[in-house]
Amino acid sequence: MKFGILVNEGPYQHQAADTAYHFTKAALERGHEVVRVFFYHDGVNNGTRLTTPPQDERNIVNRWSELAKQYDLDMVVCVAAAQRRGIVDEEEKKRQGKDADNLAEGFNISGLGQLIDAGIKADRLVEFGD
Amino acid sequence: MLHTVNKSPFEKSSLDTCLRLAKPGSDILLIEDGVYAAAVGTAVEQKIREAVSDHTFYALGPDLKARGIEEARLIDGVKVVGYGEFVDLAAGNERVQAWL
Repeated sequence: MKFGILVNEGPYQHQAADTAYHFTKAALERGHEVVRVFFYHDGVNNGTRLTTPPQDERNIVNRWSELAKQYDLDMVVCVAAAQRRGIVDEEEKKRQGKDADNLAEGFNISGLGQLIDAGIKADRLVEFGD
Repeated sequence: MLHTVNKSPFEKSSLDTCLRLAKPGSDILLIEDGVYAAAVGTAVEQKIREAVSDHTFYALGPDLKARGIEEARLIDGVKVVGYGEFVDLAAGNERVQAWL
């Protein structure tokens, strides 16, 4: 079965970011396909590689990156939500004239159309938020 | 349909809204702070006991454990599931509605 995942909350702010990860991982481990994980609203904060939690604590951002690597996951960060919150990739850095970028490995910045596309392609769209 | 409720019933009205609108025979999964509704001895216990005859209730095990709610303290009829079974419930129902 094909799942689409929508994440609306940031790491270390609301448990939704954790639940979304555990659900996505469990779906993949059960042999389902995850067509896309879409990060919207504060959910875009899951995609900054500059987070540095204590070493004995879960690293929510790295955890997503590792899952993406292992399963070739398509993880999309909403561009408009990202711009508001300072989540920037190399291209956005140049386009907006910023002095740095911070998008973590495995994430891509794209538009809201990618959420609609996930909703169309997936058999189930599962939302995690507050 | 699978309904997920992630809010404590003592904080928000998400569970009430879910119970009001869910069709009989629905699967209702309590996750995150929503699992507080699954415990006995609270102000919402009676409400859940009545709803258990119309719907199938589940509570996410890791979230119960994180909040110190032991299985012995759950309302009769509430089934404890893990993330894998959460996935099974989502796959087994045609739609998933998150009551945020």
